[in-house]
Amino acid sequence: MAVIDPANHGLRLATRYAVLVLVAAIFVLPLLFMVMSSLKPTDQLLNDTSSLRAFLPVGDISLQNYYDAFARAPIGLFVFNSILVTVGTVSLSLLLCSLAAFSFTFLKWRGKGLLLSVTLATLIIPFETIAIPLLLLVSKLPWIGLEGFRIGWLNSYHVQIIPWIADALTIFLFVQYFKDLPEELVEAARVAGASWWQVYVRIIMPLSGPVIATGAILKSLKMYNEQYLWPLIVVQQESYRPIMVGLGYFFQLQVAWGEVMAYLSLITVPVLVFYLMLQRAFIASIASTGVKG
Amino acid sequence: MKSKVLFAGAVSVIFANAAPAQTELTMWYHGAGNEVESRLINQIVDDFNASQSDWAVAIQSFPQESYNDSVVAAALAGDLPDIIDVDGPVMPNWAWSGYMQPLPIDEAAYADFLPGPRGVWDGKLYSIGLWDAAVALYARQSTIDALGLRVPTLDNPWSEDEFMAALDAAKASGDFEYALDLGMAWTGEWYPYAFSPFLQSFGGDIVDRSTYKTAEGVLNGDAAIAFGEWWQNLFQGGYAPGTSQDPADRDRGFIEGKYAFGWNGNWAAVAHMAEVDDMLFLPAPDFGNGSTIGAASWQFGISASSEHPDGAAAFIEFALDDKYLAAFSDGIGLIPSTPSAAAMTENYKAGGPLEVFFGLSEAQAVLRPVTPGYVVAAKVFEKALADIANGADVADTLDAAVDEINADIERNGGYGH
Repeated sequence: MAVIDPANHGLRLATRYAVLVLVAAIFVLPLLFMVMSSLKPTDQLLNDTSSLRAFLPVGDISLQNYYDAFARAPIGLFVFNSILVTVGTVSLSLLLCSLAAFSFTFLKWRGKGLLLSVTLATLIIPFETIAIPLLLLVSKLPWIGLEGFRIGWLNSYHVQIIPWIADALTIFLFVQYFKDLPEELVEAARVAGASWWQVYVRIIMPLSGPVIATGAILKSLKMYNEQYLWPLIVVQQESYRPIMVGLGYFFQLQVAWGEVMAYLSLITVPVLVFYLMLQRAFIASIASTGVKG
Repeated sequence: MKSKVLFAGAVSVIFANAAPAQTELTMWYHGAGNEVESRLINQIVDDFNASQSDWAVAIQSFPQESYNDSVVAAALAGDLPDIIDVDGPVMPNWAWSGYMQPLPIDEAAYADFLPGPRGVWDGKLYSIGLWDAAVALYARQSTIDALGLRVPTLDNPWSEDEFMAALDAAKASGDFEYALDLGMAWTGEWYPYAFSPFLQSFGGDIVDRSTYKTAEGVLNGDAAIAFGEWWQNLFQGGYAPGTSQDPADRDRGFIEGKYAFGWNGNWAAVAHMAEVDDMLFLPAPDFGNGSTIGAASWQFGISASSEHPDGAAAFIEFALDDKYLAAFSDGIGLIPSTPSAAAMTENYKAGGPLEVFFGLSEAQAVLRPVTPGYVVAAKVFEKALADIANGADVADTLDAAVDEINADIERNGGYGH
């Protein structure tokens, strides 16, 4: 019969906490370094990198880097543009990809297995390989907007949104999640006379909180943090530039690293807020959408 | 009758008050995020727009790091502006690729310009720059005195032996982490701009400039191999920090006394003078075929798709005024393109602290290979030098670089040479 040794229990607890602290430190220290560095003059920042002072608010601390960063680049505009593009893309992507996944999972039509395979196969194609053909395509597409009719999508928000709506990874996430939902729910709704649209809106999507949260987090991070090459080649006007292209404003011949850190700290705030908000929704949706078989 | 008179009067008043509309010229510039540069270029634009009634320039600035990618993408999409700025060594590629058209300005407008700012390709002027850049050997007078060295001059630069003796003396003194800072932390265009003049001084080059159709013999000949072995010894012999150099040390290492000598540009000179009392800017060593440095910086040109080359040329010619050349020089520390503009500046006038750079640019500057293939050859050259610095076999590495450059030239049908 196993006996719990209090000494062993304490050691195990200490080890567990040590590992947790170590893992937390790995994630927190870079953020701490970024924020602390944003408060220091560049010379001090560079000197501090070789010691623990890099993580501490010591020395010549001020908000000067933030003032200088705002003077160097229209940061508010860049953040607004990125949030607008992210929200637009993620909203439309969740709608379109969930509809596609619904069709792949619940509807019966010829060739859907093949089409799903082809869709998933696009995951292995790096964006860089299709960037130029896509650029040539969007530069010749017609558009009717508030400003009227024009040829070409360049220099706009929609050119940063529309090509990113359909996304194989998000479709895959929804398909995998939908497959685990009890088929009886759909069959019962159909027997009761519900249309496919009603099944999608009233049965499936209310049960899909976790996958919506997961898809939204993954897609948002991609759209907010990683959109560099595409806006670089399709947006020439400053008024449409997102944050990652804006980062280039800070890399002059003599890089002002304090300003770089201030800029990075500022653009990280929306990501953290969004993540914390959705993290709660994510946990809540897991707790509330459990389905008993 | 009275109403007719009133009508005619009203019409004449309307037409008298309506200024003729200015045709808009779009312009792209690489200086986004640089407050001083933005202020200066916008001043020129404002002055030009106010000086005449035919044209109005609208400027759009881009971050320098991504500017070339934006231009190439826009060229593919048929969305180039009227006026673009272009880095001097890249210009032949953009001209050959059909992104630019010849610049129709009077030769008299740039007759007294330094060679570096003139963007000539295939016998035609495509671009012109308001400034040039030069590189020098940074040193302290106190270091020179302590090591018992001769101060080299434009007429009498250090020979290879003198240069290596200076590095040996600095190394032996034990006062420095390294004898020489080459700026290995700066990648990209810095390598061919700053280091290919050493190769040229040895007697080699990146490509054979007599035909521009091959690198064979110039990048892997005896002179190039001698250069490569000298280059490798700088790192293997512990004279200079290698490719893993901390960028912070590149910015401040010389100032903080970690390095005895630095190989750096005139753009960093003012900041160094502010912290080092006895700064010296010395000419490049002569490795046997003359003392040379790189040349050419950003220049203005007209896109091939511009429907108003006359207006674009009018703006560019307007910007070549000495007062703007001097303003840019005072603002960002670069070398003004003309002697008359240099005389108007704080740093480059006779007796000015950076006057030596104007002399360096005038006497030693050699353009990077003027060929569309340069953009590829430059990257190959950069990789080869980094590999050799990291210990790769010199002859094999240079042979491989030659093969890569030649294959690119062949793929592109000789780039029109």
